Amino acid sequence: MELTRRELVAAFLGSAVASGCKREQPRAPIPGAIVDRAVEVGHRLRGGPLPRAQTLETVDVLVVGAGVAGLSAAWRLASAGVKDVRVVELEAEPGGTSRSGKNAVSAFPWGAHYLPAPTEDRGPVVRLLREMGAVSGVDAQGLPTFEEELLIQEPEERHFYRGHWYDGLYLRVGATAEDLAELERFDAKMNAFAAARDAKGRKAFAVPTARSSDDAEWTALDALSMAAWLTREGFRSTRLKWLVDYACRDDYGATSEHVSAWAGIWYFAARQDGQGERSEGFLSWPEGNGRLVHQLLSALPPRAVERDVLVHTVEPGEQGCRVDALDSRTGKPRSFQARQVVLACPRFLAAHLVAPWRTARPAFLDAFTYAPWVVANLTLSSLPESRGFPLAWDNVFQESNSLGYVVATHQRLRQDERGPTVLTWYLPMSGADVKAERTKALSASYADWEALVMADMRPAHPGILQQAQRLEVQRWGHAMVRPTPGFMWGPERRAAQESVGRHLHFAHTDLGGLALFEEANWFGVKAAERVLSELGQASASWL
Amino acid sequence: MNKTLLYITVIVIATCGLVYELVVGALASYLLGDSITQFSTVIGGYLFAMGIGSYLSRYIDKGVAQRFVEVELAVALLGGLCAPVLFLTFTLTDLFQVALYGSVIIIGTLVGLEIPLLLRILKDQLKFKDLVSQVLSLDYLGALAASVAFPLLLVPKLGLVRTSLLFGVLNAAVGLWSTWLLAPLLGNPLRLRVKAVMLTVLLMVGFVLGDRLTTFYEDQLYADDVVHASSSPYQRIVLTRGKRGFSLFLNGNLQFASVDEYRYHESLVHPAMVRAGRAEHVLILGGGDGLAAREVLRYPEVRSVTLVDLDPAITGLAMGYGELSKLNENALKDSRMRVINADAMQFLMEGDQRYDVVVVDFPDPNNFALGKLYTTGFYKLLKKRVAPDGVAVVQSTSPLFARRSFWCVETTLKAAGFWTQPYHALVPSFGEWGYVLVAHEAPGHHRPLPEGLRFLDMPTLESLTLFPPDMSPLPTEVNRLNNQVLVHYYEEEWRRWN
Ligand SMILES: Cc1cc2nc3c(=O)[nH]c(=O)nc-3n(C[C@H](O)[C@H](O)[C@H](O)COP(=O)(O)OP(=O)(O)OC[C@H]3O[C@@H](n4cnc5c(N)ncnc54)[C@H](O)[C@@H]3O)c2cc1C
Repeated sequence: MELTRRELVAAFLGSAVASGCKREQPRAPIPGAIVDRAVEVGHRLRGGPLPRAQTLETVDVLVVGAGVAGLSAAWRLASAGVKDVRVVELEAEPGGTSRSGKNAVSAFPWGAHYLPAPTEDRGPVVRLLREMGAVSGVDAQGLPTFEEELLIQEPEERHFYRGHWYDGLYLRVGATAEDLAELERFDAKMNAFAAARDAKGRKAFAVPTARSSDDAEWTALDALSMAAWLTREGFRSTRLKWLVDYACRDDYGATSEHVSAWAGIWYFAARQDGQGERSEGFLSWPEGNGRLVHQLLSALPPRAVERDVLVHTVEPGEQGCRVDALDSRTGKPRSFQARQVVLACPRFLAAHLVAPWRTARPAFLDAFTYAPWVVANLTLSSLPESRGFPLAWDNVFQESNSLGYVVATHQRLRQDERGPTVLTWYLPMSGADVKAERTKALSASYADWEALVMADMRPAHPGILQQAQRLEVQRWGHAMVRPTPGFMWGPERRAAQESVGRHLHFAHTDLGGLALFEEANWFGVKAAERVLSELGQASASWL
Repeated sequence: MNKTLLYITVIVIATCGLVYELVVGALASYLLGDSITQFSTVIGGYLFAMGIGSYLSRYIDKGVAQRFVEVELAVALLGGLCAPVLFLTFTLTDLFQVALYGSVIIIGTLVGLEIPLLLRILKDQLKFKDLVSQVLSLDYLGALAASVAFPLLLVPKLGLVRTSLLFGVLNAAVGLWSTWLLAPLLGNPLRLRVKAVMLTVLLMVGFVLGDRLTTFYEDQLYADDVVHASSSPYQRIVLTRGKRGFSLFLNGNLQFASVDEYRYHESLVHPAMVRAGRAEHVLILGGGDGLAAREVLRYPEVRSVTLVDLDPAITGLAMGYGELSKLNENALKDSRMRVINADAMQFLMEGDQRYDVVVVDFPDPNNFALGKLYTTGFYKLLKKRVAPDGVAVVQSTSPLFARRSFWCVETTLKAAGFWTQPYHALVPSFGEWGYVLVAHEAPGHHRPLPEGLRFLDMPTLESLTLFPPDMSPLPTEVNRLNNQVLVHYYEEEWRRWN
């Protein structure tokens, strides 16, 4: 069935954007393409028995997946002096959901684009940032400070509402006294959560989540949704609800109805010190967290990562694991015998790969759900025109289902800000039924996506059609694990973290329940440390 | 009566009528935004006014042909001038909306008169059914021509002002040839002819000078005569001359006035020059007008001066515009000068040569792009380029009008690791103006002031570091790339004075 353009826009971006759609003369579409291989790979994995190679390549440690988790595991192993480590990755480029791209204008992210500056001086993330020279020193309280040019420059964020851009994220124009009072009460509550510690001195809400207190006082919040919590606490302001929904969509790909209250509060409370100030702000680079991926890669021996290798079977045995794979370009089979395996892919894929799970599927796998996302990179010949508050790093459309866009050239150290740029547009598919959302995301054609991105952008940026040079669209079918109510502190997530025997270990951000660099990195390092102790090379933990 | 000429007349009338409507609609949405509302109210108002015009045509009884020519000339005048006049009202007054809808109604009414009058003139020449069919179909054809040409040809090639003037000319031409076409029906074609010729010439002159009209608006904005105006990709550059000399404006902000700029530039340059360990290699960031360079070049010790300014239009003007190069004493043509048109931040980042003296003369931090040039991020780059016994100076806005902003610059320089010495001087065109002298550590005095200064001598120079209570230090935050507090301070403080 053909949708009209207005119906298409309504279905993906909401009725407010659709009603702003002007009639337009037929025009040549902006050149571009859908760039992912999402559909193709999935089909191969589900398509029945796959060939196995005659000869076995042997390796001490095989890491499956060169996302942040897999690369973090390899980074930990390299620094412990383990030499024979191989990372295999099905895509042509490493990085997973933190992958980045580059064109003549700028580097740009395909997924993850920022890292909140750590507020504590411990753990593997700060270690990585030190290695890359991003830490400038420590302040009077002994907390790390960061190189100024890496912190997101002002103006950091702005939002578009009915024809005008405004500073910040919260819609202040037309807010009533009650709205503002609720915002203040909400902030105070979040600051209190941020400052809360349990009897053992652990933060109630910590980064990574594994460091958080397991006291029922807070974990009980996991049972209800963030929306239910707002209602319970007497919050009624639609503006506040928008802000909370925005947060949940931004970090979890779901609205507050489908996010655990514990996770919703975590967003506001974990990355600050309780003073209501994020002490250092966000770190970002033109290529987003792709910069962190490159840092991890640079710590590995030159040929440690092999691309275009699709692993389809992992079979744990007595002496190690047999791993079967395909060269994803030629289709040629390859097999490995590894003493240790770190499977650094998400649960929904692990379910297909781990051989014993095919016959006896562990129940915990079903607790993991993933929101689809679509990311588009739009190259412009010059900065977009706008009315009201000037262009910021993060530019949010108040009335759209999209999150708006970030500007790749924002961190450029230049007095002259004009010139071409790349905008990275984000659309979380935040409906309740993730399967339906996935089908919907995959059904739209390039022409549809082009119409959608431009319908979103044009009201806020007169003339953008003339500036647009190229549009590339990346669909992430399983972009982000969703912290649905009960998931963060339920038994399934814990069970999924357990190794299978002594040779197969798991790492991925989904084990933390939230899709974040810190989680992926934490579980990567953790799996590597298990490998180290199995290899008899245990050293002081980085965690 | 020549039919072909008549038909051409109808087409031209129709095209002009629609073009004015489009010009006004486009102008309204361009200046007021919200194009849907602007266009639909302008078009609705215009059509309604045409209706009024058609209705009013019944009250014209005698001399229909005479009235027709007069209407043509009136439309030519008002329609032709509508874009420049509306621009002017927008820049000079608060009455834009009144002028906008006023012109919509008046021009619309006049245009509404045209066709009914013409029909009445022709009613004896043709059969009624032919008359209506031919005139109306040509009328619609003209409308089509206008609506196609307007977006594709006229606006891109001519712009709004010259489009409206061009069609004014065409309209006046119609008036003119009608005086021949309808000569038998006119009592005294000569007077109308003279009027029409005058009007055509007037509008043609306007069309030719279309670009300079922009300057004319600026004449109204500035108290003095505009003697040079140009636009670079970076800014609008305007030089004015009045009784007391001339002044340079960038984007409407005064950069200097020749009467008292010596006070500003002597205070900017000499405190740093006399305190630097050596003064052989000097860097000037900003200052494309060459006036700071003039002061630097007074020292025979200076061997090289590197001037980095973003805008080639400014440095070009400083070299090529007689009055300005006289004022800067041909500084930019001095053999010791090297002029680089580049981004100052990029320039600092990309090289590593150190300078004995660095003069930082940027526009005030009134937006985020300029605010960057006042952050610790920028000053750390600067610090790497100042020689160990070198000195830099930063123009730092007014410590009186923008007291917190001034002290914020000083606090930020300190946070970047500089030793600082704030000072200020009175520059009447600007008011009380502030600077911060910085170095790696407190410098001594190393050389005397040069000859020929009008403002500074040693005792005066020493007195500049005294701050009376109303300009004394205030605690402020450090201006960083990731907070840009200075832009907020600055905006808040200057708003109070404006
Ligand atoms: C649109 C979007 C925006 C995001 N924004 C942010 C952000 O701003 N900040 C933030 O911290 N986080 C963000 N995230 C979360 C991001 O997912 C994590 O930061 C992190 O990249 C997760 O890494 P991972 O290694 O756990 O998983 P993945 O990125 O999923 O990596 C898994 C890797 O394994 C590979 N793989 C899978 N199966 C196989 C197989 N069978 N054989 C071989 N290889 C295989 C995959 O190709 C992939 O490279 C975002 C995510 C998305 C989708």
